[in-house]
Amino acid sequence: MVELEQLTIDLPGFRLGPIDLTVQEGESFVLLGPTGSGKTLMLEAIAGILPITRGSIRINKTDVTRLPPEDRGIGIVYQDFALFPHLSVIKNITYGLRYCKKTKRPSRRRIAELMAHTGIDHLAERDVTTLSGGEKQRVALVRALSVSPSVLLLDEPLSALDRGIRYDIQRLLKSLHQETGTTFLMVTHDFTEAIFLGQRTAVLNNGQIEQTGGLMEILRHPRSPFVARFVGIPNVFAAEFKNGHALLAGFNLKLSNPPAKAATHIAVRPEDIRIHPSPATNPEVNVLTGKIIDTADHGPYGEITIQTDAATFKATLTRREMLEFYNIQAAEVIIQIPPDGIHTF
Amino acid sequence: MRRIQQHRDPLFWISLISCVAVSAFILLPLLQMFCEPTWQGLYEAMADKNVRRSIGLSLYTSGWAALISFIIGTPFAYLLARKSFKGKGLIESIVDLPIMIPHPIIGIAVLGLTGSEHWFGRLIQEAGIRIMGTVTGIIVVLTFVGLPFYINTVKNGFEAIPLRLENVSRSMGASFTSTFFRITLPLAWRSMLVGLILCAARAISEFGAVIIVAYHPMVAPVLIYERFTAYGLEYSQPVAVLLILVCLILFIFLRIVSTTNRSKANRPPAAAGISKTKFSA
Repeated sequence: MVELEQLTIDLPGFRLGPIDLTVQEGESFVLLGPTGSGKTLMLEAIAGILPITRGSIRINKTDVTRLPPEDRGIGIVYQDFALFPHLSVIKNITYGLRYCKKTKRPSRRRIAELMAHTGIDHLAERDVTTLSGGEKQRVALVRALSVSPSVLLLDEPLSALDRGIRYDIQRLLKSLHQETGTTFLMVTHDFTEAIFLGQRTAVLNNGQIEQTGGLMEILRHPRSPFVARFVGIPNVFAAEFKNGHALLAGFNLKLSNPPAKAATHIAVRPEDIRIHPSPATNPEVNVLTGKIIDTADHGPYGEITIQTDAATFKATLTRREMLEFYNIQAAEVIIQIPPDGIHTF
Repeated sequence: MRRIQQHRDPLFWISLISCVAVSAFILLPLLQMFCEPTWQGLYEAMADKNVRRSIGLSLYTSGWAALISFIIGTPFAYLLARKSFKGKGLIESIVDLPIMIPHPIIGIAVLGLTGSEHWFGRLIQEAGIRIMGTVTGIIVVLTFVGLPFYINTVKNGFEAIPLRLENVSRSMGASFTSTFFRITLPLAWRSMLVGLILCAARAISEFGAVIIVAYHPMVAPVLIYERFTAYGLEYSQPVAVLLILVCLILFIFLRIVSTTNRSKANRPPAAAGISKTKFSA
C-alpha cells in the first residue's frame, strides 16, 4: 500500500503537487500523463531517489519519507532496463539477495520459478549486453521481483520495446502481478497500456492530478477537457446547457441524462458517431449535416473528419465503412450522435 | 561510388594533409632522437648509476603522485560527476588551474607556502615534513600537476555510468557505499586506469615545477637538462631515449591490461540453465 499526503516537489520551473493519493495493497495502479507531466518525478520520489519538498510518503503504513531507497522495500523497473552491464543475467537477478532479510529472502527454487515463468531460465549465464530488448525487460522484471518488494515501480516499462514484444511483456506483467500479488505502480503515457494493465489510474497534467478512478470510468466519464483528449476523445467542445439540452454553436443536442453540475463542455467519443449518406429517420438521435473534409486510413480502422455548422467532428469507422466513405471527400453526409454518446463535464 | 565522391571532396584532402602534418610534427623529432644515439651511448647510459637512479626516482615519485591523486581525486571526481551545486563551475575551474599556470610558478607557490617564512611551512616542518630538496617535495608538485588529469578523466568516466544503475542497486537494498563498490567502481575502473596513466605520464614529464622545488635528488627530466647544459645534446639524448622507452613499456602494459578486460566483458554468450548456476548471494 502506498499513501501520498500533500506530496510536493519544487524544481526550477516546475512544481509537482501537492498530491494526495492512495494505492491499495496488491493493486495495479497506473500513473498516466503526457511527457513532462511529472509522472517519473513522482515515481522517483516514492523510490527515495528524489528528495521531496513537502508532504509524506507511507508504504505499508510505515512513513518512509526520510528513509533512503534501500530501506523502503521497493523495486524499480526502468524503460531502458538499467541492467548491470558487468554482471551476467543470473548475477543481475540475484544482486539484491544478500541485502534481503532472511525471512524475506526468496529461495533458489523461487528464483528459478520466476525465471521459468518469464522464459529466461535458459539465459542464466548470458552476458546481459547480448540480450534482446524483450529479454532484457524480462530480466529487469525478475531482478526487481527477486527481492520481494512491497511495491514494484514501473517507469514506462514497455516504451522501449517493439510492438510485438510489447504485447508479450504486457501479458507477462499482468500474469506476474496476479501471481506475486505485489502492488504495481506503473507510469505510462499510453492509455491502451493502462487499460490492459491497470485497475485504477490517476491522470497527471502539469504536476497535478486531474482525475483518479477506475480505467473504464475515466474512459467513459472524463472530468476535464484534458482528460477527455488524453483518453482518446478528440471531440471536446465548450457548450452551454439549457433545459436538459446542450447548446453547441446554436444547435440543440439531446442528452440522455441531465448535464453534470456546473458543466461547461461536452465530449463525444469518435466511435459513438455514426455516418449516413442519406437523412436519418430516428427522431431520438441528434442529427447534423456536414461535409467530409479529411479521411485517414489506419489499416484495421479509419478516421474521418466531418465539418458541420455546429463543430468539426472526428469519427472512427470500421474498415468496411471506411471503404464506403473513402472516395467521397467534400460530399455532404448526415452524422448521428445518440444522446447517451454525449458526455458532459 | 560514395567513396570516390568523398575522395573528391576538398575537406577530405585537407583532413588527410592535416593528419600527416600533425603526425610528422610529433613523430619526426622523437624518431630523430631515437636514431641519434649509438648503441654504445645507450649502453653507457644504462650502465650509469645516476641515470638508473634518476629514472627510478621519476617512476617512484610519479607513481606516488598517481596514487595520491587516486585516493583524494576519486571521491571528488564522483561528487563533480553526480551532484549539481552552487559554485560547481568555479570548483571545476580551480581543478583545471594547474594545467594553465606556468609550472615554475607552481614550484615557487609550493615553496612559498611550505617555507619557514609561512606559518603553514613552520607547522609542517615541526611535524618533520620537508619540501625543499626532498622526494616529498617532488611528489607534492607532481601531484599538483597530475591531479587535474586524473580528476577530469575519472569524472567523465563516472558521468558515463547511468545514474539509473545506482538507483536500481539502491532500490534492491544496497547502501550507497555498497552500490559504489559493486556497481560504480567496476564500471568506472577503466577510466580510473586511464586517469592514472595520464596523471603519471604528466608527472614523469614534469620539469618546471620540480627544478624549483628539488634540483636534487635528481629526477630524469632534471638529469637530462643537466646533461644537456653541461655536456651537450650527445650526452642528454641516450638518457632521454631510455626514459621514453621505460615509460612506453609501462604505459603499453597498462593499456593492454585495460583492453584485455574490455574484451572479456564482451565475451560471446554462453547458454546455460539455472541448474548450472552459481547464486552469488
